[in-house]
Amino acid sequence: MVKKTKKKVVKKPVKKKLSPDLQAVETLVELIRVTSTIIPNDVDRAIRKAQGEEVENTTASYAMNIMCDNIELAKNKSQPLCQDTGTVIFYIYHPPGFHQTPFIKLIHKAVIASTKKGYLRQNSVNSLTGENEGTNVGAGHPSIHFVEHASKTLEVKLMLKGGGCENVSAQYTLPDTTLSAGRDLDGARKVILDAVMKAQGKGCGPGVLGVCIGGDRADSSAHAKKQLFRKMGERSKIKELAAMEKEIVETCNKLGIGPMGFGGKTTIMECLIDHRNRVPASFIVSISYMCWAFRRQGAVIDTKTFALKKWLY
Amino acid sequence: MIELNYPFSKEAVRRLKVGDMVLITGKLFTGRDAVHKYLHEGNKSPVDLKNQIIYHCGPVVMKDKKGHYTVTAAGPTTSIREEPYQWEVIRDHGIVGVIGKGGMGQKTLDACKEYGCVYFHAVGGAAQVLAERITNVNGVYLEELGSPEAIWDLSVDKFPVVVTMDSHGNSLHKDVEAQSKENLKAYL
Repeated sequence: MVKKTKKKVVKKPVKKKLSPDLQAVETLVELIRVTSTIIPNDVDRAIRKAQGEEVENTTASYAMNIMCDNIELAKNKSQPLCQDTGTVIFYIYHPPGFHQTPFIKLIHKAVIASTKKGYLRQNSVNSLTGENEGTNVGAGHPSIHFVEHASKTLEVKLMLKGGGCENVSAQYTLPDTTLSAGRDLDGARKVILDAVMKAQGKGCGPGVLGVCIGGDRADSSAHAKKQLFRKMGERSKIKELAAMEKEIVETCNKLGIGPMGFGGKTTIMECLIDHRNRVPASFIVSISYMCWAFRRQGAVIDTKTFALKKWLY
Repeated sequence: MIELNYPFSKEAVRRLKVGDMVLITGKLFTGRDAVHKYLHEGNKSPVDLKNQIIYHCGPVVMKDKKGHYTVTAAGPTTSIREEPYQWEVIRDHGIVGVIGKGGMGQKTLDACKEYGCVYFHAVGGAAQVLAERITNVNGVYLEELGSPEAIWDLSVDKFPVVVTMDSHGNSLHKDVEAQSKENLKAYL
């Protein structure tokens, strides 16, 4: 009996089957749209929490209310949360044997289409000539990273990182005598706090920190930024780092910098730290600052049809 | 909530002080990095900026088939990059307001005091809330600098901002920075 009710046929609207290439572009445009216009659930929860903590009728609370209104409006109008739709950063996790080169072309097509639709601002500028071709495709842009994984699935993660928060991201080498920061975890803690101090107002707080302790300059920066793909509240599996993540958030929220640097309770919503090995001579700490308009999303995509199967955040 | 209506004047902005929440109705001109560099290099402004407000913003603007523009996202960009130029633009062009985010430095604060100008802070990242308050695109200048860098002449209705630097030498940014620095000492 029960089984019968399950069989109830719901007529789905017939959708034309697209070729895999066209389908891939459509899926990628949808990924870009959702990333640009809808704040991920985990970040949304953190923002609402921060909103609740500010004292009513202060400029901090006023700012938090505007942010929450903005989240609703962007979603309802399907328009960018922030006009700076940022550096477009893709991480593609694919099974062995996946063809990367044709996929890059499809990503470019999707980025151009998304710019035409207004999900992305004309945001990519030639650093030598100052020219903006208006397509968001140019030298090194979008930024595309491929990672082969053991799973049979195709996962495409996307982050749109605005210039304001990228400009206040920072890199330090330990020891840093001006900050009395030594070559240890406590030294790392001090430079992270310094970065948050310097970011005040400029990085559109309350922000989120991705941190990498160690590595060479290039890998350290990239790995710090990659931490922002972890979900809010996902503590490091390393006991010392998990404790440090919590401590950094607590300390930052006692500094009184607050939303937009107006003064207030929440300066940082989350801190996500990982580490890389280093050579004996260098001890690099990288901090990737993310603004409250934290745009990242991911999709599981069918490897054959390129249809969207599931959202990751 | 204080309302500031067009036409703007030095007298009206002199009455504003740090912490005031203001709704601006009238007109704004966007101008960011390239525009400030352009004016600093001695080029003539394509629009008369006297008694006007400059908005540090690179909006997302859509153009329809009839050539009509609509702003679909328009939050502030970080103002401190204009610190080397802003005082000069205040002095030479007679602007009475700057809207941006993150605040500006001593040079700008001094110019605000000397020439009668106010720094308004809009909420960064709130591109939709702010775009909703833009009622019309009246024109565009220096479009050759690229859409985000151009001067967009915009009509606004109740555009929400907070005064964080006034024309009397006060700066919320200075105060918060000093206080947070003091607070940080306990953790170093």
